[in-house]
Amino acid sequence: MEPENGFIQEFKVKGGDFSKAGSISTEIKEILQEVGIDSSIIRRVAIASYEAEMNMVMYSRKGEVSFILDSVKILIKTSDEGPGIEDIDKAMQEGFSTATDEMREMGFGAGMGLPNIKKHSDEFKITSEIGKGTNLSITFYLEQQNKQ
Amino acid sequence: MKLREIVNLLDAEIMSGAENMDEEIKLAGASDLMSDVLAFGQPGLILLTGLTNPQSVRTADIIEAKAIVYVRGKKPDADGIALAQKKKIPILSTQFMMFKACGILYRNGITGVSDPKDKS
Ligand SMILES: Nc1ncnc2c1ncn2[C@@H]1O[C@H](COP(=O)(O)OP(=O)(O)OP(=O)(O)O)[C@@H](O)[C@H]1O
Ligand SMILES: [Mg+2]
Repeated sequence: MEPENGFIQEFKVKGGDFSKAGSISTEIKEILQEVGIDSSIIRRVAIASYEAEMNMVMYSRKGEVSFILDSVKILIKTSDEGPGIEDIDKAMQEGFSTATDEMREMGFGAGMGLPNIKKHSDEFKITSEIGKGTNLSITFYLEQQNKQ
Repeated sequence: MKLREIVNLLDAEIMSGAENMDEEIKLAGASDLMSDVLAFGQPGLILLTGLTNPQSVRTADIIEAKAIVYVRGKKPDADGIALAQKKKIPILSTQFMMFKACGILYRNGITGVSDPKDKS
């Protein structure tokens, strides 16, 4: 890890690959544990990135997750190729979901993911283009470590 | 209460993590819906669920659950067990139905996670 430029790692996500779904978030969590980041921040990052990763596996064809760590923040960026989101305001509401029965049987599709990402992060940006894909930018500041 | 007492109360089979039976458990959450577990879970809880796919183990790891109890005689598949072993998450399997398993733990002093409205 280079403290000045930060640490960057990129991961590829394959849409529909439920067997690996979540493994990127597990890896990010392990990196943060190794670096010694405060455990309450690790938990928030892990939950948000898992929700984002599950959404990509569930809804997109493929995508990428970038994990960036520098001296002030943790940034998770996702970009996927997929259907995109028609109405972002609606998608951000708790309970809104277009998940299939198959996804629901796997324990997902309650429409809680995007609101949960927002709840656990310090900054959350979402952009989406119909027929192209969806991008998320999720930021967590490390200073909260000192506040507690 | 120690995890081993939970094993006794639920007459559970230990599927993985037998070495962690001294873990102290105060809190439990029960759901088949991983979306809800992710949204309302609190660190250190024991997760009761009937969902046996690897995502149940993955979710438990992400929210930092201390153990998983599979209810109504369910058992995770081989991938789930392998992941639990890797992540050092103890796995128990009880014959009791969800309601009864929860009731037994609640009666014995295990509390639930806060309700959504309690949260600021
Ligand atoms: N990457 C994405 N690409 C396309 N659509 C998406 C994407 N992420 C979310 N959506 C849309 O937004 C809806 C809401 O997403 P959200 O994560 O909040 O809930 P969910 O995935 O349906 O259920 P949960 O996250 O509780 O398992 C989804 O049902 C889907 O229609
Ligand atoms: Mg989701």
